[in-house]
Amino acid sequence: MIQPITETIEIGGSEQPLYGPRSYQVLSGNDLGSQLLEISMGPHHPSTHGVFRMDVVLDGEEVVKLKPVFGYLHRNHEKIAENASYLASMPYTDRLDYFCSMTNNWAYAHAVEKLAGIKVPERAEYMRVILAELTRLVNHTALVGFLVNDLGALGTPLIYAFRERENILDVFEALSGARMMCNYMRFGGVRVDFTPDILKRITHIVDRYPSFLAEFEKLLVGNDIIMSRCQGVGVLTKELAIASSVTGPMLRASGVDYDIRKVDKYGIYDRFDFRVPLGDHGDVYDRLMIRFLEMHESLKILRQALKQFPQGGEHINPEVKLRNFRPKAGEAYGRIESPKGELGFYLISTGGNLPYRYRVRPPSLINLTILEDMCLGEKVADVIIILGSVDIVLGEVDR
Amino acid sequence: MPVDEGLRSELQKAGVFIASVETIYNWSRRSSVWPLQFGLACCAIEMIATACSRFDLARFGAEVFRPSPRQADLMIVAGTVTKKMAPQVVRLFNQMPEPKYVIAMGACAISGGPFKQGYNVLKGIDRFIPVDVHIPGCPPRPEALLNALMFLQRQIDNQHLTGVNKVRWYDDTDPAEYPIPRFGAHDLEPPFNRAVWHPQKIQRGAA
Repeated sequence: MIQPITETIEIGGSEQPLYGPRSYQVLSGNDLGSQLLEISMGPHHPSTHGVFRMDVVLDGEEVVKLKPVFGYLHRNHEKIAENASYLASMPYTDRLDYFCSMTNNWAYAHAVEKLAGIKVPERAEYMRVILAELTRLVNHTALVGFLVNDLGALGTPLIYAFRERENILDVFEALSGARMMCNYMRFGGVRVDFTPDILKRITHIVDRYPSFLAEFEKLLVGNDIIMSRCQGVGVLTKELAIASSVTGPMLRASGVDYDIRKVDKYGIYDRFDFRVPLGDHGDVYDRLMIRFLEMHESLKILRQALKQFPQGGEHINPEVKLRNFRPKAGEAYGRIESPKGELGFYLISTGGNLPYRYRVRPPSLINLTILEDMCLGEKVADVIIILGSVDIVLGEVDR
Repeated sequence: MPVDEGLRSELQKAGVFIASVETIYNWSRRSSVWPLQFGLACCAIEMIATACSRFDLARFGAEVFRPSPRQADLMIVAGTVTKKMAPQVVRLFNQMPEPKYVIAMGACAISGGPFKQGYNVLKGIDRFIPVDVHIPGCPPRPEALLNALMFLQRQIDNQHLTGVNKVRWYDDTDPAEYPIPRFGAHDLEPPFNRAVWHPQKIQRGAA
C-alpha cells in the first residue's frame, strides 16, 4: 500500500537527508505554494517483489529523490555459512535467489571446486548446463509475468508464466525431490544421475517451449499498452551501467556485450553456439525484450546440450570425499552467469572444515544500487515497473 | 439445531430453509476467505503458485488476494520473519478487521526454520500473533497450503458465536489489538507476547 506520511515535507536541496530535522519551505518557482510529498512504499507492497521499501520524495507525480531501504529479509546467510561445513551451506544457497536454486548451487559448487581443485566429469557438466538453462527459462518467464503484473495486467500473463514454470519444476522435483529448493549440485558433480526418462521429459519441454514463447510474445511484445508504458522509461545509459558494475540482462539491455558464459567460458559453454542479445536504449522495454531473446538462446543451448549429451560416464567425481571435506588453505572466487547477472562466491579456507570467510556477490543487490538514477524524473507509477525490470529477489539482496 | 424433521421438510417444500445463524455465519465465512497479498520470502512464490493455474486456490473460494489489510480475512505468513520485519507483520495483522485468521506457512514462519540460528530471525510468528494453522515444509508444497486452507475451513465450521467457546472477536475481554514489538538494544522488545505465546517449560531430571 502507498501510505502517505502524515506531513508533507520540503527538502531544500538534494543534499538534505530524508531522516532527521526537516525544514518546511515553500518550493521556489511554484505559485501554488505546494510542497514535496514523501511516500514510504513498502515493505508490504503488492509489487515490490518481496519485502523491500522505497522512500520516495515526489514533486507532484515526479520522483525527486528515492532511497531504497532493505534488510527486511536479512537471514544471516554468510554468518551461518561460516559456522557450517562446506557441504552444509549448499541447501542455504537454494534460498538465496529462490527462483534459481540450480544456478545458485552451481555457483557455489564452482567456487569450492576452484578452491579445492576438483575436476568435474563431462556428463555432470552437461547436466549442469541443462539445468542452468532450464532455470533461466523459469526465471525469465516468471519475471516477464511479474513485470506485466506490475504494469496492471493483473493475473493473466502471470498465470501463463506459472503454467510453464510448473512443467519445469516437475522435472526438478523428479530429479531432486524438491520443487524449488533442489539442493542438487555437489562438489565435483551432481547428486543423482539423469535417467532416460528425465532426458525424455526435458526434451519434451524444450520441444514445446517455443510454441509457448510464441504465444507469450504475441500477447506482450507488440502490445500497445506495454510499448507506451515501457519505452523510454527508466533509461540506464551504457556508461552508468558499466560504472555501477551492473551485470546480467540489465547490463546487456544497455548495450554492453558482457556475458560470463562467453567471457569466462566456465564449464563447457565454449562448446555451444549461441548469441548474446543486446539492447539499444536501455529502457524497461529493452530489458523485457532481452529476457525474451535470452530464452530463445537458452533453448538453443538446451537443444545442443541434449544432442551432445554423453551416453556414459560419471555424474560425480568419485575421488571427492564429501564427508569431512577439507580444502587446502587458500582463497577462490567462482562466478557464473546466473539468470539475474554475475553470481559469485568468494571463499577463504584455512585448511579446516569450515570456511574462514564466505561471501556472496549477489547480482540483485548490485543491480539495485542504480535504482535511484533510473527513477529520477519519472512518474511514481513507473517506479514500480522500473523496479520490476531490475529483477530483484529479496532473498539474494538481503541474504 | 433442534428442529422437528417433519416441520423442516414441510418448510423445504415451500422453499423455506431453516438453519441457525451460526451455521450461515460459518458457511459464509469459510466460503470466501480473502487472503492478504503478502509475501515475505521463498514461501510466497509457492503461495503464488497455489493461486495460479495448476493448483487453483479459487476452487476453495480464496483466490481474491487483497493488497490492503483492511479488505483481507486471512494472513498467510509466507516466509522468514526477520526482527526488522516482525513489527510490520504485527501492524498489518492489527490493521485487518475481525474476523481474521492466520496461516503460518513454512518452517521459517513457524519456528525460524533453517535460519533459526541467525541473529536476525524471529523464531516463529506465533510469538506475537495467534496462529490458526501451521504448515511445515521448506517451502511447503502448494498442496500443503491447500490442505491448510481446508483445515482452516473446518476450524471455521466449528466456531461458536455464543457460549463459553465463543470466537475471539465476540469476547469482550479479548484485546482487539496485539502490541507491536519495537527493535530494542539487543532484541525485539518484548521478545514475545505473553498473551499468545507461552514458552515451553522443559522438565529436567524427571525420570
